[in-house]
Amino acid sequence: MSSLYDVIPPAAGADVPVRRITVEVNGESRTMDVEPRLLLVHMLRQGLELTGTHSGCDTTSCGACTVLVDGRPVKSCTMFAVMADGKKVETVEGMGTASELHPVQEGFKQEHGLQCGFCTPGMMLASKALLERNPNPTEDEVRWALSGNLCRCTGYQNIVKSVLWAAEKMRNDQPQEA
Amino acid sequence: MYPSRFAYEAPKTLAEAIALLDANGGEAKVLSGGQSLIPMVKLRFASPELLVDINNIPGLDYMRIDEQGNLRIGALVRHEDLEHSTTLPATHPTLAAASHLVADPIVRTRGTFVGSLCHADPQGDWAATMIALGGRIVAQGPKGKREIDMREFVLGPFTNALAFNEIAVEAIVPPVKGKAAGSYLKLERRVGDFATASVAVALDMNGATVGRAGCALAGVGGRTIDANDAISVLVGKTLNAESIEAAAEAVAAAADPRTDHRGSADYKRHIVKTFVTRILNNIANSEQKAA
Ligand SMILES: Cc1cc2nc3c(=O)[nH]c(=O)nc-3n(C[C@H](O)[C@H](O)[C@H](O)COP(=O)(O)OP(=O)(O)OC[C@H]3O[C@@H](n4cnc5c(N)ncnc54)[C@H](O)[C@@H]3O)c2cc1C
Ligand code: FES
Ligand code: FES
Repeated sequence: MSSLYDVIPPAAGADVPVRRITVEVNGESRTMDVEPRLLLVHMLRQGLELTGTHSGCDTTSCGACTVLVDGRPVKSCTMFAVMADGKKVETVEGMGTASELHPVQEGFKQEHGLQCGFCTPGMMLASKALLERNPNPTEDEVRWALSGNLCRCTGYQNIVKSVLWAAEKMRNDQPQEA
Repeated sequence: MYPSRFAYEAPKTLAEAIALLDANGGEAKVLSGGQSLIPMVKLRFASPELLVDINNIPGLDYMRIDEQGNLRIGALVRHEDLEHSTTLPATHPTLAAASHLVADPIVRTRGTFVGSLCHADPQGDWAATMIALGGRIVAQGPKGKREIDMREFVLGPFTNALAFNEIAVEAIVPPVKGKAAGSYLKLERRVGDFATASVAVALDMNGATVGRAGCALAGVGGRTIDANDAISVLVGKTLNAESIEAAAEAVAAAADPRTDHRGSADYKRHIVKTFVTRILNNIANSEQKAA
């Protein structure tokens, strides 16, 4: 069990309120002691060393820190780790493996949906959440769903193509009814 | 940015949550969607000693129409629940129109309708719709429940009428008499930005005649602007070029915009007038089509 404090561990004997939480991260149950003010993004990056979740603006604007909490996209810089107690959190590390990419990851590769890659984990998780609710989105719907995620490199065009590619792949992979 | 230290409780019942607020005499804050409060504590604009997280209290995420025809929205209904509702566009077009324009799609998965009303941001979208609709807030404290009219709920920028030991448990939109018409138009510089200027209009139509008329504005004053009196020039009238012009003039006069990085005061007032005209013209056109 790991013990997580915000940035600086409190001095021995310091009276810092700590809560024990259990969060299912990418399918694995993790129990930790955290200070209430620890943000979910820091729990993931510093505590669990899952650095695929990026911290960009830290002001709820850019979406680089987007993860899924119980399947819905959330800006992890704007949720305390204690609020994820008992919930399922999915980060980019849980999407696929190097040999077996998630269709959304494959789409970003096929359609060159990234350049520097900083926005990409957040983009992909927001896209995954969209496709779970809407397997056949229009281009407009993709743009709308990703409008909380900023990219400074691509101009968005290829990101949208990537998501549409993934949507098609996921529909084709669906077992056909006999 | 790290908030200063605070204690945290996540009670499972409203009674416990209210008791925690009561015992902490004004040093505690309710945490719902956290999409305004967490940014504020990160910037240390607020440093509460205790956060009372209400997200684990069951039974607060309902949106339903009761026997009297009131729409009741529980404290844990998220912005996106309104956005994805399939019935809202017909029953409450003003709310449906605003639901896509509050913040961005990811903020909308967490932020709550009621939390946004409590936050009382002069640029907040939902407060404007609720004032136009003549809505109320149900506050629950140690002594029970009371209802607060939205016009009396927002006291000023970021200030609401709740006592320190009260929780806003639901919002109520009164029944429409006749057919609901209305919309919400917002000028924003980009997705997720607060309003440069926005207009909420809610009308109850009796055939082609306006029954009740409601209007409120965001972004054009030190707090949400109540323009219900201004738009009441429409009551008993039909929507035509003349009545629409008079209403748009009156509402624009009620705005109290300041010049800032989003635009000049004159520009914002002009936007208000344009938006009122546009909403009323659209209603008039759809009335004609229906007739
Ligand atoms: C990037 C960004 C863009 C945004 N853009 C917009 C926008 O364009 N338009 C807009 O209207 N809003 C916008 N918002 C604000 C957003 O809508 C918030 O969700 C909303 O203002 C607050 O709701 P919440 O549930 O997140 O409340 P919280 O952040 O949890 O709480 C806000 C305040 O209300 C109090 N409170 C909350 N719920 C209750 C309750 N049930 N009873 C008593 N007190 C309560 C809290 O104590 C706190 O003081 C934006 C936010 C962000 C981060
Ligand atoms: S780091 Fe969370 S939104 Fe930018
Ligand atoms: S690829 Fe660089 S920010 Fe999006």
